[in-house]
Amino acid sequence: MSQVQRPLSPHLQIWRWQMNMALSILHRASGIASALGALLLVWWVSAIALGPDYYEFFRSVMGSFIGRLVLFGVTLAVMAHLMTGIRHLLMDTGRLLEKDSAARIGPWLLLGALVLTLVVWAGAYHFAGLL
Amino acid sequence: MKDFRTPLKKVEGLGSAHAGSGHWWHQRLTAIVNLLLIVWFAVSVVTLAGADYRTLVWWVKDPVVTVLLTLLIASVFYHLKLGLQVVIEDYVHDEAWKMTSLLLVSFLSAFFALLGIVMVLKISFGG
Repeated sequence: MSQVQRPLSPHLQIWRWQMNMALSILHRASGIASALGALLLVWWVSAIALGPDYYEFFRSVMGSFIGRLVLFGVTLAVMAHLMTGIRHLLMDTGRLLEKDSAARIGPWLLLGALVLTLVVWAGAYHFAGLL
Repeated sequence: MKDFRTPLKKVEGLGSAHAGSGHWWHQRLTAIVNLLLIVWFAVSVVTLAGADYRTLVWWVKDPVVTVLLTLLIASVFYHLKLGLQVVIEDYVHDEAWKMTSLLLVSFLSAFFALLGIVMVLKISFGG
């Protein structure tokens, strides 16, 4: 029996980009990237548990330019997921579902994620005595 | 209107997907726990930046820190397991691949969560 080729519902690339879909996609993408951060967290506590020599190795890897770049990306992903996650929790209570309110919150969430990331990094450099 | 649902179905409360609202609810609960613990963790790590190895060990050994780190790892990994599960269910349509990747996410998230917790306890109870 031959398969009937039924029409499919339009997928991602068909739609015009708008804030609501961008935030939804960002929530998923940043969530997946944050999972990498969870693995780094386990590696970090493992490195402490394995002793000073291994921890020095961990420091040299994550303290390198590439390491810091990865950590910065993970920080940004976690903060973005945190902000868009708050949006989802608010939507669960029936807020932010109107067309204009859904679009209006977007830039603030993105700005919030960026500011939180920069505050964390500026704070870390400050406490490390480098800023 | 006639109700086609049997009394058993109503009591089970599982709905058409036979999974109920447990997944949805646990995702929200762990989201709120993660929100609080990530704020605590971010503040802690920022103030610990540049600290030497002994200071880090001393920090983890604080009983409250040990408990909060354990909770953070447990909640984060449960939350990411629930999230990745939905992504796989949405995008992986081949039944064999879907089942394989779902099992893999379950096993790996359990493995790394337990590894992280054991390491935290090892630091905390270590000499």
